[in-house]
Amino acid sequence: MYAVTVLTQLCIYAILTLSLNLVTGLAGQVSLGHAAFFGLGAYTVGVLTTRGFPFLTAWLLAAVVAAGWGLLLGSISLRLREDFLAIASIAFNFVVVAALLYLPYFGGAYGISGIPKPMGSVAFSVLVLATTLGVAWCHERLRRSDLGLAWMSLRESEAAAEALGVDVRRFKVTAFVLGTGLAGVAGGLYAAYIGVIRPEDFGFPLSVTLLAMVAVGGMGTMWGPLAGAFLLGGFAQAFAFVHNYQLVLYGLLLAVVMRYRPQGLLGRRPT
Amino acid sequence: MDWTTLSALVVDGLAVGSIYALTAFGLTLVYGLLRVLHVAHAGVYAMGAYAGWLAFSAGGGLALALLAGAACAVGVGLFLERWFYRPLQGRPPLVPLIGSIGLFLAMGDLLRILFGPYQQGFPVLPPERVAGPITLPQLAVVGATAFLFLLVYGVVTRTPLGVGWKAIAQDAEMAAAVGIPLPRYTQAAFALASALAGAAGVFVGVYYNQIYPTMGAVPAYKALAVVVLGGLGSSWGTVVAGLLLGVVEAVAVAFLGTRFPPEGVAFVAMILVLLFRPQGLLATEPQG
Repeated sequence: MYAVTVLTQLCIYAILTLSLNLVTGLAGQVSLGHAAFFGLGAYTVGVLTTRGFPFLTAWLLAAVVAAGWGLLLGSISLRLREDFLAIASIAFNFVVVAALLYLPYFGGAYGISGIPKPMGSVAFSVLVLATTLGVAWCHERLRRSDLGLAWMSLRESEAAAEALGVDVRRFKVTAFVLGTGLAGVAGGLYAAYIGVIRPEDFGFPLSVTLLAMVAVGGMGTMWGPLAGAFLLGGFAQAFAFVHNYQLVLYGLLLAVVMRYRPQGLLGRRPT
Repeated sequence: MDWTTLSALVVDGLAVGSIYALTAFGLTLVYGLLRVLHVAHAGVYAMGAYAGWLAFSAGGGLALALLAGAACAVGVGLFLERWFYRPLQGRPPLVPLIGSIGLFLAMGDLLRILFGPYQQGFPVLPPERVAGPITLPQLAVVGATAFLFLLVYGVVTRTPLGVGWKAIAQDAEMAAAVGIPLPRYTQAAFALASALAGAAGVFVGVYYNQIYPTMGAVPAYKALAVVVLGGLGSSWGTVVAGLLLGVVEAVAVAFLGTRFPPEGVAFVAMILVLLFRPQGLLATEPQG
């Protein structure tokens, strides 16, 4: 049972890293606020299912709500250079968490509890696994599509892409909407699986972790984000025996991987 | 709200803002030269605070604490530049950013392992009032910050170092071509940035009379907001934005109550500035 719980968590991480990879790995737009969209999805399912909506409706709306806010951040991103965008996404994350804490409707610091699961625990884990595989499949299809090529072209050089007639604005926003929508999907699954959500679960530290997973695994590939999610996600479990030194080791791992293998473990060396 | 409360809030805000300005200034300086967001700078700041605390606990006075804090911070900052940032020059900015966040997490946790997770008392100055609502620690922090920035102003405007930094920030390749030794100037920038951060760490001890391992977390992210508010790359904009944010936060928290997280104030202000004045509060040129 413990193994199933861990695997389900890792799968949710995997959906998040794959969706972040669309935005950051393929389209090259650095986002340090991905956890906010995860949270928006989770809160949508939390609010709706505790008010009697069926899970599937709530889950669908979770994706729509997250994608809607993604559309907003994506439109803002058009005005910002990369470092500004990274900081703006951090700001977005902090503001979402602050709003969830402040508005009594969302339960403040206690969040929402008693979120019903639509099926048994094991069946739900199977749903999570199936969704992960589905997201990985979509990710692969997107990466090899014209859309994926357009994203990669604007990652390599926005000016060159624009000169070749790629509609930079449209593709940036598309990347944000798809990536954040999938983060909402992950959030919906997480809320129903865990049953209790609090604002602090979706804070900036999680955004850092997600981006670190993508970067350590290898940006822009399919196996990189998956490996990153399982490696860093499993890190806490694997290093439970050195509990006291976990965070130091984790921080050093990020620094050392970036220092000695900047393209990530499975990433290809830039030519 | 009456005048006394408001003026007390403003003074409190200026003192906190001084600490923001001191840490964010280094971030802007480093960003200007290397185009990386040096998040580990907040770890340097926390390490400086602990070094100052050790010196103070060992019986040294405030001056020795400041010296120890700044010296330790400079050592750590120079090491980070040499081992981490220099080899990663030319990589996508995401690479040093992620590594820098990792370094920051490791540094904070290292302090926790070494000195324990609890707060350490750092009773440097008694919190007595000196004039009106101003207390002695507030006066010391704001005064010392003003003095430090006067020194920095002298370095930036009156020395070859300042001219070189300006040249590198404008066009690093061109600066190298006219004979400015980039590594040496970058090292000097890291030394100055880290010294200010170390001093800020000790000032936190002076102001709140305590330090703790995760004290870097707040400036780590808030300094980014300050840097954007001031205009990424505009050093004096950063100083003004830091002071301003301290005051706005103090007043906003008094109005909104403590339930609204103070980080929210900084980041809401930042989003507004990004939307309506993306070049920062003081900068004149648009970002290009």
